[in-house]
Parts: sequence; structure tokens; C-alpha cells
Amino acid sequence: MTDPVWPMLLGRFTWDSLPFVRAWHNPTTNELIAAAAGGIVVVSGIAVLVLITVLRRWRWLWTEWLTSLDHKKIGILYIVIALVMLARALVEANLMRLQQAVAVGNPGFVAPEHFAELFSTHGSIMIFFMAMPFLTGLINYLVPLQIGARDVAFPVLNAISLWLTAAGAALMMASLVIGRFSTGGWSGYPPFTEIGFNPGVGPDYWIWAVTLGSLASTMTGINIAVTIYKMRCPGMKLMRMPLFTWTSLCTAILMIFAMPPLTVATALLALDRYLGFHFFTNALGGNMMHYANLFWMFGHPEVYIVILPAFGIYSEVVSTFSSKELYGYKSLVIATMAIAVLSFTVWLHHFFTMGQSASINAAFGIATMAIGVPTGVKIYNWIWTMFRGEVRFTTPMIYALAFMMTFVLGGLTGIILAFPPLDYIVHNTLFLVAHFHNMLIPGTLYGLLAAYTFWFPKVFGYRLDERWGRISCLCWIVGFYLAFMPLYVLGASGMARRTQAVMETAYRPWLYMAEAGALILLCAFAALIVQLWVSIRRRGANDVFVGDPWDGRALEWSVSAPPPEFNFARLPHVDQAHWFYDAKRKYAPYAPPIAYHDIWMLRNSAVAPVIGIASGAATFGLVWHMWWLAIFGLIVIFAAVVARSFVRDTHRVIPASEVARIDESWREATARAQPVPREIETSPANQGLALVRS
Amino acid sequence: MSASETKHAGLNLGGTDAKTHAEAEHAIFGFWIFLMSDAVIFALLFATYGVMLPATAGGPTPTSVFKIGPTFAETLLLLTSSLTYGMASVAMKHGSPLGGIHRWLAVTLLLGLIFLAFEWHDFSDMFAQGAYPTRSGFLSAFFGLVPLHGLHVIAGIVWILVMMVQLRVFGLDARVKINLLRLGLFWHFLDIVWIAIFSTVYLPGLLP
Ligand code: HEM
Ligand SMILES: [Cu+2]
Repeated sequence: MTDPVWPMLLGRFTWDSLPFVRAWHNPTTNELIAAAAGGIVVVSGIAVLVLITVLRRWRWLWTEWLTSLDHKKIGILYIVIALVMLARALVEANLMRLQQAVAVGNPGFVAPEHFAELFSTHGSIMIFFMAMPFLTGLINYLVPLQIGARDVAFPVLNAISLWLTAAGAALMMASLVIGRFSTGGWSGYPPFTEIGFNPGVGPDYWIWAVTLGSLASTMTGINIAVTIYKMRCPGMKLMRMPLFTWTSLCTAILMIFAMPPLTVATALLALDRYLGFHFFTNALGGNMMHYANLFWMFGHPEVYIVILPAFGIYSEVVSTFSSKELYGYKSLVIATMAIAVLSFTVWLHHFFTMGQSASINAAFGIATMAIGVPTGVKIYNWIWTMFRGEVRFTTPMIYALAFMMTFVLGGLTGIILAFPPLDYIVHNTLFLVAHFHNMLIPGTLYGLLAAYTFWFPKVFGYRLDERWGRISCLCWIVGFYLAFMPLYVLGASGMARRTQAVMETAYRPWLYMAEAGALILLCAFAALIVQLWVSIRRRGANDVFVGDPWDGRALEWSVSAPPPEFNFARLPHVDQAHWFYDAKRKYAPYAPPIAYHDIWMLRNSAVAPVIGIASGAATFGLVWHMWWLAIFGLIVIFAAVVARSFVRDTHRVIPASEVARIDESWREATARAQPVPREIETSPANQGLALVRS
Repeated sequence: MSASETKHAGLNLGGTDAKTHAEAEHAIFGFWIFLMSDAVIFALLFATYGVMLPATAGGPTPTSVFKIGPTFAETLLLLTSSLTYGMASVAMKHGSPLGGIHRWLAVTLLLGLIFLAFEWHDFSDMFAQGAYPTRSGFLSAFFGLVPLHGLHVIAGIVWILVMMVQLRVFGLDARVKINLLRLGLFWHFLDIVWIAIFSTVYLPGLLP
């Protein structure tokens, strides 16, 4: 069972690589869990394929979604990936919580190696395949609409980014079914992940999944930055852009500069593992500290990559649901830029304890504390925005409020960690785990969910169910506090992170509490699914085709919901920051254009799916040492790129008459709709037309 | 907006081809940003090299394996190829007959190939002296950095070949022009990286 099977073809695959075989030979709870997880992946994969076939949806899927270059569809696909991966990572988190709650004074039911795989996959997925695709999807969908453009600057590149991300996510899923994942945590520190200590496939899965995600994000960053710099509609000066676009720009810039260090770190680790180089090994001059520097030169900016878009989301949500202009727009822009720059100056705080001099630690500690200042500025901005506004406690607004309270708390524990002498005490304990979840859950996850609720009606044309939204939101909040506040206590009393079993019985009540919180968080996710289900069933009653359910400010609310594929029948001309909001009050925002013109849009292209599948295959081949597959994949990628460069028939035209037909039917619906006052905006009375009292 | 306005850094098509000039704006700007990101990768590999320089683990040292002659020749080859590429760009901008552009591209291609041959020779020389990447941290860093530049040159050469074919097939259409501009930026970028390699890897390594 441990001999390679057809090594020429299958590389280092052995029958033992399959969790099902392992569970058959050794039916412990631990192995059965692994087999069940693999089974779920296989069964749900097959179920999806069968469903598509039975419903005869293959052609539709291929032409409408997989080969589409429409930034809106690409955005939606990103978010679908993110939600699937969120489900998996949440289940893993619950398994870890359950294990720790059970394993006080005994080994529990999850073996140490398996536990290590769990925190490694949970962390890697949450960062690279939940947070990143989710926010990339939102940026993709919203930025062109907010700046009055018809697409991003490089639509083909955009599709390729999506497909590389999908290939990375697929690799993560494959690791459940074939082989094992890394046990090296989301940061993959060598020398532990070097061939000497970890000869198996685990670290290779990690390396290639993360590398694919990293390359995809670099390309996304380039694409979004160019889109924002070069494709704004007439009159959309930089200082007139909505705040979400501003934070997207800063995130894009961070991606351009911060993803390369990750690519370099994983590539050098791969050279060590595959070709015997000595970058980070113990022997012959390798230097693991250099890895720590490279990784965190990416890692710290990364936390701002995932948090800045959420800041933009909260800015939009708070000002919309307070019916007030954002307080201190300029200071928010400056603060965002300041954070983006400062984020490159603090990476060393991730390893205060690794032996550099006290003065270096002090310098980085002070820099870290300084970054709290612009963040604090923002909190005040949001509070002042609400002040004397017409505040409505809708679901996105509740997320925003929970974020403000909770994030400040996390910031305070961050100041503790930024102080090197204190960091020495709580470094590598659950205190740190509590701190970064305290930042990432309100700072990223709540923001993403607020955005999901806020913009869902724009994307699909009907509102989400408000009641289930609030239930879910409440569970995310209560669950978070229950699950993570105890970890501060545990960490301060010395419980190390990444611990599979616990010897100290005094920890037990806190671990129970954390377990209860984790369960509530799982319920929160379930409520989200229920909400989606309920909303789809009642979509008729919650229709907002007119497109402006919340009396929005930015340009995306000025078009139908869902927007036509060309976004704007005529590209808007704006003369101020809240052009649409103001137009609703002063002129006729729904007046038809004087004339319609032909619009050129990109044709579909198969190049991105081909590159995505080939890169998934190539990296899978690299993981398993199936060299033929790796080489074949690379050749296909190369051929696809060159072939695409020869395609000249890339555009198709939407005739003016068709544009006019689509646009006029929407304008008629607008004229028919009943305007809704703010007080009842979450009721079926909301048809997407705002009642304006000027 | 007038056609002569500068839309992006570097050679603009304003004045000779207003339509492509407008299209080139975000294409070329995007490519500059890509190069910036690629430059970050090289910068980090230079930093890695600096960190690993003392880690020779008792094996070959810079002085014992680097040679000034061939690396200086490589520098001249690559710089000259940049000049010849520049000639191709100017010919493209001013609409000279395709043959002229082809010839300059072919010369650039040839210089690139000779550069690679020299570099290949350098590496096999080093291997022959026992200086291979698995020997020490220093050599790992060297072989992480310099051959990556070489791989970029190979990519550039393949790209030149593709562009020569496209010139035959499509003539000077807008996309060919834009891609020639991008390729030019790429090729000159490789020059700059090489100068950095020559002056921070080879030259100091040869000082006593
Ligand atoms: C929402 C419910 C969540 C729960 C219950 C949860 C739970 C956990 C647990 C139990 C661990 C292992 C702690 C240990 O080392 O002992 C962990 C680690 C981690 N989590 Fe979460 N988590 C959640 C959400 C998130 C989110 C939203 C993110 C990021 C966006 C995230 C990122 C991470 C990371 C990066 C690690 C570190 C992994 C490592 O040690 O390498 N988690 N989480
Ligand atoms: Cu940090």
C-alpha cells in the first residue's frame, strides 16, 4: 500500500495516498473524518456535474459564464468560489475548536498531524481563497460601474486571474482527496517545510496553491489600478471617486507591490524542495530568517489588502444608511493612502522574538503603533457621518456598527502586541489568534457580508430577505465574541496556538465557551444559506429592477438591476462627487440619452479556462512528481497565450437599436415604479426607486 | 485631446498614428506597472543575493568563479541589442517598409541568442568548477537571480519570434504596434536588470 503505483505515470502516488484506503486499514475517528471530508468533496463534485448534465446546462454554463469576459460575471464567479471555500474553512475551524474542547487531559479524536493540516488549510483558505477572491469579486463587479466604465482595462487578463484562483482553490480541494496537506501553517515556515523534515506532498500542495493565488492577485492588482487610473468617465476626477473605488485602488497598489514577495518566497522554497537549493535549509548556508522577512513583507501588507476594501464598503454603507455625505471624505482618502504606505514598514512585528536587536524591535513597534492613527481617523469619520443622520439599522448597517465596536477592541490588543516586551509574553499564544481574528472577522468578513447584502439587489435584481439577514448577522456577532474573547484569556494564561491537546484542566471552561461560539458561527453561515434560499423563492416580491433600492450615491445605482452587459447605454458625465444622488434631487436622473450608439463589447474567449485548467494540471503534476503532466500543462499554457495573440476577431457590436430597446424598457419600468420612502425600504414596497424629498 | 499628447512614458505613437496612439494608452501604462511588479521580484532576489553572499559554506566564492571577460562581453551584447531594438521601434513608428523592421528585429534576436550562448558557457564553466546551486547558500542565491534574467531573455526572444510572424501575417495593425511597444519596454527592462547584475553581482565579486 505504500509502494508507488506506476511511478512513470502517477509519480509518487500510492494507494495509501487516498484517505479512503487509510480509513479502511485503520478505522479510527481521525481517519474516518479525513475519509468523510474526501468523500464529501468527491460526492459533491459528482453531484454538481450530474446536475448540470441533467438540467442540460453545459452549453449555457460555458457560453454565459465560463468563457465570459464580462467583469460582472467574473466578479460573481469569484464570490461563488469564496463562499464555497468559506464553508469548508468554517467546518475546519469547528473541528479544531471541538478537538481542543474535548482534548483536555487526553488526546482527543483528531491526531496531531491531522490537526496541523486543519489549521494550515483553514488559515490558507481563509486568506487566499476566501478573503482574496471575495474582495476581488466585489472590486471586479463594482469598480467599473462606480467609475462609469464598460469593463476593466484588460478583460482577458481578468478572466485568467479568476481561473488561476480557481485552479489554486481546486488544488486545495484535491488535497482532501489525494494525499495530505501541509502541516506548516498558513505561513509555511522552513526549515520545517523543507524536504528534510517534510518529504511528502503536503508542503508542495501549499506552495503551488498559494503561488497560483499570488500570481492571480498580482495580475488583478495591475488590472484594477490601470482601470481606475485610465478608464474613468468624463468628469470623474480622482477626488470625485466613491470611497470604495479609492480603497480598491489602494488595495490594487498593495497587490502589485506585496504579492511579489510571496511569489519569491514560495518559488525559492520550491527551488529548495525540487532542485536541492539551499535558500532556507539548515545546512550549507541556508537562512530561514530570510524566508520570514520575505513572507511578512507580503504578509503585513496582505492584512491591509483584505481590510481596506472593507473600509470602503463601510464608508458606502454608513453614508447610504445615514442619508448623509461621508464626513471628511478627503481625510478618509488620505488615511487610506497613509495606511497603504505605512503597511510596508511594519513587517518585522511578526517576529519580534527572533533575535534582532532591541532598537530594531523598538523602531518597528513604534511604526506599528503609528499605523493605528489613520485607522482611528476613519472610525471617527464614520461616527461623524452617522451623527444627526437619518440612520436605519438595516443588515449592512448592523455589520458596520458591530465592526466599529469590535475592530477598536482588536486594535487595542494590537497595540499590546506592537509593544515588544509584551509581545514576548504572548507571542505564539492564543492571544495572538484572538487578536488577528478580532481584526479579520469584523474587519474583513463582516465587511464582505455587508457588501454582499448591500449590493445583492444590484447584482441580481431583488433584495435579500431582511429577517434572515439579521439573524445571520446577529449570530456572526454573538458567535465571534463567544468564540474569541475566551482565547484572549487562554492566551494570556499561556496556552500556545496550534495546540492539538491540552494538559491544563483550568482551560476547560474557556475552551467550552469558545466551542459554543464556533457553533454559533456555523449557524450564522447556515442562516446565510437559508436567507439566500428564502430570497430566491420570494424574489418576485422583492424585485428592484429599477436599480436604486437604498437611495444610493454612486454611479452603480444609476443603472438597472442587474445592469445591462454594457453597463451604461451612454457613458455618464459627472460634475461632482455624488452626481447621481444630487441628480435625483435637482434634475432628472432617468432622462433618456439624446441618441443611442453602437456599443463594442468583447466576444467570449476560451483562453482563460484553458489556461486555468492547464495550470491546475501542471501544478498538480508538480505536487505529485508527474513530470509529464507538469510539462504538458506548461506547453498548453504557452500555446494558449500565443494562440490568443493571433486572434483578431475579438469584438462584437451591440447595435444602437438593441441598446435603445434594453435602455427604454428599463426607463419605462422606472417611470411605472412607485418611489419608496426610506422608512419602509426593507419592505416589498421597495421597487428600487427612491422617494426624494429635497 | 490632441494626438501629440504624451499618453504614457516612453516612445509614443502620437503624430504618426493617432488611432493606435489612443488605444495604446492603457495597454502601455499597464505594461509599465507589470514591469514594476517584475522589478520588485528582481529587487527581492538582489536582496536575497546580498543576504546570502557570505554563505559560501566553504565552497566556491565570487572571486573564484566569476570572470570579467565574458560578463563584460555579455553586457555589450545586451546593450547593443537594446539599440537595435530601438531602431526597430523608430522604424515602426515612422511607418518604414516592413523589411526594415524585420531586419532590426532579426539583429536583436541574434544578439540575444549570442548573449544566451555566452551565459550558458559561463554557467557550464561554473559547474565544471564545482560551483552548482546545491553547493551553498551563496550559489543558490546566484542561480536564483542570474538565470531568472536569462529566462526573461529567452521569453523575450520567443516574443520577438512571435512578433516577426505577426508582422508577416497582419502587417502593422494596431495590436502589432502596441505589442511591439510593449516588447520594447520589456527588452530595455532586461538591459537595466542586467546592468544591475553586472554592477552588483559580477563587479564587486571580482574586487579583491
Ligand atoms: C469565523 C469563524 C472562525 C473560527 C471559529 C476560526 C477558528 C480558528 C482556529 C481554531 C484556529 C487555530 C488556532 C490555533 O492555532 O490554535 C484558527 C487559525 C487561523 N485562522 Fe481562523 N477562524 C475563523 C475565521 C477566520 C477568518 C475569517 C480568517 C481570515 C480571513 C481566519 C484566519 C485564520 C488564520 C490565518 C489562522 C492561522 C492558521 C495558522 O496557524 O497557520 N480565520 N482559526
Ligand atoms: Cu503585521
